Amino acid sequence: MNKEITYLDQSDTVKDRFTRLKKRPVTLNVKGLGKTFATPQGGQVTALKNIDFTVHRREFVCVIGPSGCGKSTLIRILAGLETPSTGEILLNGEPVSGPCPDRGMVFQGYTLFPWLTVKRNVMFGLLESGRSKVTAEEEALQWIDLVGLSQFAESYPHQLSGGMKQRVAIARALANQPKILLMDEPYGALDAQTRAKMQQYLMEIWQNIDITVLFITHDLDEAIYLADRILVLKANPGEVNELIEVPVPQPRSPDQFLSPEFLATKKRLEELIHPPEKNEEKIETDQLNMVRMVSVNDEVQSVF
Amino acid sequence: MLSLPTNNLFAVRKELAPRSRLMVTIMSFLLPITLWCLVSYVPFLWHPKVEITAPGDVGYFREGMLVDREVFDAEKEKLSLTQGILPEGNRANPVYLPAPHKVVEAFYTSFTTEPRRRSEKWLHESLWDSIQVIFWGFLISSLFGVPLGILAGTYDFFSRLFEPFIEFFRYLPAPAFGALAVAILGIHHAPKIAIIVIGTFFQQVLVIANTTRKLDKSLLEAAQTLGAKKRSLLFRVVIPGVLPDLYRDMRILLGWAWTYLIVAELIGTSSGITWFITQQARYKNFDNVFAAIIMIGIIGLVVDLLLAYFGRRLFSWQKSSNS
Repeated sequence: MNKEITYLDQSDTVKDRFTRLKKRPVTLNVKGLGKTFATPQGGQVTALKNIDFTVHRREFVCVIGPSGCGKSTLIRILAGLETPSTGEILLNGEPVSGPCPDRGMVFQGYTLFPWLTVKRNVMFGLLESGRSKVTAEEEALQWIDLVGLSQFAESYPHQLSGGMKQRVAIARALANQPKILLMDEPYGALDAQTRAKMQQYLMEIWQNIDITVLFITHDLDEAIYLADRILVLKANPGEVNELIEVPVPQPRSPDQFLSPEFLATKKRLEELIHPPEKNEEKIETDQLNMVRMVSVNDEVQSVF
Repeated sequence: MLSLPTNNLFAVRKELAPRSRLMVTIMSFLLPITLWCLVSYVPFLWHPKVEITAPGDVGYFREGMLVDREVFDAEKEKLSLTQGILPEGNRANPVYLPAPHKVVEAFYTSFTTEPRRRSEKWLHESLWDSIQVIFWGFLISSLFGVPLGILAGTYDFFSRLFEPFIEFFRYLPAPAFGALAVAILGIHHAPKIAIIVIGTFFQQVLVIANTTRKLDKSLLEAAQTLGAKKRSLLFRVVIPGVLPDLYRDMRILLGWAWTYLIVAELIGTSSGITWFITQQARYKNFDNVFAAIIMIGIIGLVVDLLLAYFGRRLFSWQKSSNS
């Protein structure tokens, strides 16, 4: 029998793919990024510290970490919605600051404009960039077609399901042809089935158009399924824990969820995010204080 | 036929069934009207007065006069001792509480009765005056209040610039400016419009600023990542985003403007529906007074229902909350 494989073991094709990937031009370069917030009590909280990583062109990177590790702060800084305290962000070698359509963003809460139809939502950024109404409409319809919502072009957001709304949000961000697409737990509010479908759609879109994706999630399976590389953060302060090269070969399919590479990667992620507690006493404070609460003569004495 | 399933009527925060809903809406008008009818038509419920039909031997009684029941009984007792002719009368309500049918009649007759003096106005002219005062007052207030409110709700700078002073000023009662308004603007419509503006404007700025601030911030962030800059954030996101809530605010504020109308119309030369009401009260035509008051209510309600209807048409993109 073979020895158990670990997440570091890559097949030759995967190894070869990563070598080629790393030769691609760098799209996003984050250098020494840090963020401190002032607390209302006058203290300071370090949300992010010394974050360094690069994302190559057309790469799919997932960011994952325990709650409170500053994932959302990181992506908001990258989108320009918050300013970093230290460090800099280079997009195609140019430093960036403030929000700009070359960094598209998809939010967890859809954030479609409820007063605009699907078509007009997608046209929003196109019109902002100074395109004429006719061109904007033409392009918008193409993007709507890409996410498979042509028949809903004239619907309002409240008439759509969650998954459809998020597809519109993706089309709206892609329509600006951003250099990188930032996604902040975009499927967090969706049910498992829709989520799986949406992951599939996203993979298809990513494979077929020139887009680099940075995707935040707290779902380990989602991260492994989607990502070329996974940036694992740790909490308090938010720092890079490890940058994992996912050994699952591309293109991905749902069958791979049980492949040895997939499971090995998941095991590693679990170790990183839920490290085994060293201090046994600490656990006791976080346990239910259960006593038997079933009447002695109850018909159903035990659930076993 | 009125079989309301009572156990479902009091479910906490549950909508009533459409049938029950209609029934309860009708009841909300029917209850006060029934109460009024009971007091008016059931003689022994209240009727504290006696309307004299025959004065008898009481020197100061006249036919049609209203006297307190105690006085009437006392006089009757006195006369029964001296064997005089007893006065006769029916129990009646005070003159200030006309019966419903009188008021319904007054709805018609108050429009058809010629004013007592040539200089006085017909009721429809008075009503038209009032509507004009409200219209101009609310329009002028909104012309300034809505833009200022949106600015204050959007930019912290304007919020800090306007709101502290407005917060102070809105506590000054609008009618207190009556004398000043007359001194500056004369005695006709202008000072009345000014009072409505003063009464509405300051509330309007604060209410609309608050509504504007309630706009989901993530919509602004999304717009920014799509390339929207300052001006288009305001005109393509903030304003369309708050429009339906703003419209609802305006409906409520219009109601407030009506409440200032009565005070406003007493300033300078009394005019409009208020003049009609005070004049009719002076003539003791309380049926007309009631009719006029109810007319104000009806106008207000109808305008509000119309605005609500147009609102639903205008903002059809909103998730319909109750239809």
